[in-house]
Amino acid sequence: MKDLLALALNRAQLLGAAYADVRILTTREQSVGVRNGVVEEVGELENAGFGVRVLVDGAWGFASSARLTREEVERVTAEAIAIARASALFQQHRVFLGPAEVHQAVYRTPLEIDPFSVPIEDKIALLLEADQLMRAEAGVKVTNGHLVCLRKQQYFASTEGAAIEQELVETGGAIMALAIANGEVQRRSYPNVFRDQHAEGWEFIQRLDFPGHAPRVGAEAVALLSAEQCPSKITTLILDRTQLGLQVHESCGHPTELDRVFGTEAAYAGTSFLTPEKLGVFRYGSELVNITADATTPRGLGTFGYDDEGVPAQRVPLVREGRFVGYLTSRETATQLAYLRGEDPSLARSTGAMRASGWNRLPIIRMTNINLEPGTWELEDLIADTDEGIYMETNKSWSIDNLRLNFLFGTELAYEIKNGKRGKLYKNATYTGMTPEFWGSCDAICNATYWGVWGVPNCGKGQPAQTAHPGHGAAPARFRNIRVGVMK
Amino acid sequence: MLNEHDIQTLLQRVINRSPGDETEVLFLGLDEALTRFANNEIHQNVAETNFSLAVSVAFGKRVGMAATSDLSDAALDRLLEQAAMLARLQPENPDFPGFAPPAEFPAGRQAFDEATAAATPEFRARAVGEVLRYAVDRGAVASGAFSTSRYQWAIATSHGLFAWQPLTLAELTIVAMTETGSGYAADAAWQVEQIPVAQWGKIAVDKALASQNPRDIPPGEYPVVLEASAVQDLVAFIGGGANGMSVTEGSSWMSGRQGQALFSPAITLVDDPAAPEHWPMAFDFEGTPRQPLTLIRQGVVGDAYYNRQWAARTGHPATGHGTPPINPFEPGSAMGRAMFPLHLTLQAGDTPIEQLIATVERGLYVTRFNYTRTVHPREVVVTGLTRDGTFWIEGGEIAYPVKNLRFTQSYVEALQHVAAVGDTLHREPAYGGFTRNPALQLTQFRFTGKTEF
Repeated sequence: MKDLLALALNRAQLLGAAYADVRILTTREQSVGVRNGVVEEVGELENAGFGVRVLVDGAWGFASSARLTREEVERVTAEAIAIARASALFQQHRVFLGPAEVHQAVYRTPLEIDPFSVPIEDKIALLLEADQLMRAEAGVKVTNGHLVCLRKQQYFASTEGAAIEQELVETGGAIMALAIANGEVQRRSYPNVFRDQHAEGWEFIQRLDFPGHAPRVGAEAVALLSAEQCPSKITTLILDRTQLGLQVHESCGHPTELDRVFGTEAAYAGTSFLTPEKLGVFRYGSELVNITADATTPRGLGTFGYDDEGVPAQRVPLVREGRFVGYLTSRETATQLAYLRGEDPSLARSTGAMRASGWNRLPIIRMTNINLEPGTWELEDLIADTDEGIYMETNKSWSIDNLRLNFLFGTELAYEIKNGKRGKLYKNATYTGMTPEFWGSCDAICNATYWGVWGVPNCGKGQPAQTAHPGHGAAPARFRNIRVGVMK
Repeated sequence: MLNEHDIQTLLQRVINRSPGDETEVLFLGLDEALTRFANNEIHQNVAETNFSLAVSVAFGKRVGMAATSDLSDAALDRLLEQAAMLARLQPENPDFPGFAPPAEFPAGRQAFDEATAAATPEFRARAVGEVLRYAVDRGAVASGAFSTSRYQWAIATSHGLFAWQPLTLAELTIVAMTETGSGYAADAAWQVEQIPVAQWGKIAVDKALASQNPRDIPPGEYPVVLEASAVQDLVAFIGGGANGMSVTEGSSWMSGRQGQALFSPAITLVDDPAAPEHWPMAFDFEGTPRQPLTLIRQGVVGDAYYNRQWAARTGHPATGHGTPPINPFEPGSAMGRAMFPLHLTLQAGDTPIEQLIATVERGLYVTRFNYTRTVHPREVVVTGLTRDGTFWIEGGEIAYPVKNLRFTQSYVEALQHVAAVGDTLHREPAYGGFTRNPALQLTQFRFTGKTEF
């Protein structure tokens, strides 16, 4: 591997690159899927390749291949150079990367139980048991469950002298029940329908305890069929930590990505309302709101040692006591921001958020673990303190505009809160709002006992499309004067 | 690059070595290049050579699957061992239909274009450059992507089936922006020469200029004219819901409604893999010949599509819509055989776009929708936002631009309120290729929120 890394870097320099980096990545993935009591899919994937990123005449080029041979490394490096020269034909600015990032390091995801060491038959048995327990509830029409284990072995080297080896392991899974009757379809899932996924081993799946939750999942899906429609009104809203994690993802994580702010995602993912003049002064939320980008969160899906530019994992405040104070950056955008703010670009360091979904993709700014820091409340006290409102749990639908302001989310389940107690069950719950007003209305966040990270293994961005795996920590929180029940 | 003979030899070598009762081998290869631009410059410019071999081994009704990008003999032996081990360790899948038998594949479904396959970074840069120059000259900022890709898909089974198809695809998206306005244009075709890049750039930039200084309008129910790009969203959701699994399980809009006049008689939705102006394909990722299908015929609910497993479960014929058992190019995405329509066309009517506008007294003109998600699957209730050019229509004319709106609307209901159908089909890039859609005039559409831009 080291020979191929060196070959790519030498070749790039000989062909005129002022900077080059190369990543060689081998991915192993195992997936087990069960549907309606039948094992539908058991599969293993191994995929390996390399990507070469070069800077020529101040413009980027990137090329990649699945053929790990010396000849292919030479061909692909030359292709990256040719692409960079084509980029330079229509260029408004020269890329500047700021201070060199020269790290030699090895990082491995801490594991208790290697998920690939768990026998496949145990994984199948676990899902079949949960599946049977969900189907024991009369009225459940469809059930499924799946498990995913992922191991990425990555080597990174740059012409600045970086040499980093990382082994990143992820383990995830979910179960789901669908109840269908009289034209009504209701879903309940655990932990959510896409699966929760962590940067840890099989111990995560053990903690999830699918069989322990399966009867509840089945029963709640059926109960939702006869539940009342979520009323349409303005009220107090309490969100569980998983829905709140997605709220953080969409309304804080994405708008603090500095590439969006600078317009380089405008055609696809969109831009951001958090423009540079707001940095340090904009009131993003109430004083209770503290949001941190933390690539070091234990077990977080967005936890790693170094990003795909070789920048160390960091813990960076994005919102402090309700004020917007930070961005997710790359080396290039950090220097651009410094320039805009009249600071010295040659001192500007990245916050370490450049990630590529594979060897075949250019790194772009992605979320790490974007965490809402815990507050002080006990959940039962929070409910007891709420005269009238709605509690919503587990994401079902999500949509937000391309500046990340106007959102509408739906959840699988909701409960009325009346006189400080949980009341009747509601189906088809939705809520909508504008990001700063919503976070500004936050008047309570539960304490660390209720706080946990969960993973989003399906975050799309970029052209060609890339799927990132960020994490989000949150505890349940309360919001005032929120519009709920937006569905015909 | 491997050719057809190389691939057939490779696939047969795997089948010959397989210990299974039945074996299926799928080869997926791509060479994709994409030139991305933003802020009136090229900022991300990439190329990828990628391939994967996915082998499924069955012992009776136990099936294991493994995939690799390493095509060495040693790796192929490991791949077979892995798939066989996974198959042996699991219980039977009673619905496993077996792998595909040899089939007569329809002739003439050709979608490979040498010029598209040979497009260089410089070719793409110069085409994009025309868009950028037009934007700069008019004080607009252009962003987007222009890609040219070549694919090879091949499948073989131990029953003697072998099928191979090379394909090309070019895609263009442009978003142009000014301080307060934005415009959009997109296109896709298997022949890059069919995409008039500069012309689309002009359309996007001109719309960005026309949509400046948008006014507020309150949310509510309005008549709308949806451009073809917006209609694509309705087509994708309705087409995606017609899969045999959801239809059978009861969660689809189609469940229990086949044969009913559910939509406006102006609506006919087909999935036609034979249409030369679409992206002709002979077979799916399970080796089933791709069949033309009518999902909606003049408003009446028609046929669902089925992969082999759901065909076997329900007694329907497989329609050639099976997806690969894995997406090898995006590790971490879910595995599992599903079904998907790649050739959706909402048939055109006879009304020019100008007439669609001229017959609206007061309503909205929508360029496209953004970030749309299902709120409720059965009635296809979807929420999302307008984007890149939303205008108020007054007295049959575009009166002024308006700020974007959020909608929460049943797409089933929307297609019941069709007043007129546009006379021109537009190719709109969509997941896995593109759809072809006309513009529509709908008598009502429900907007539930507003934005500040």
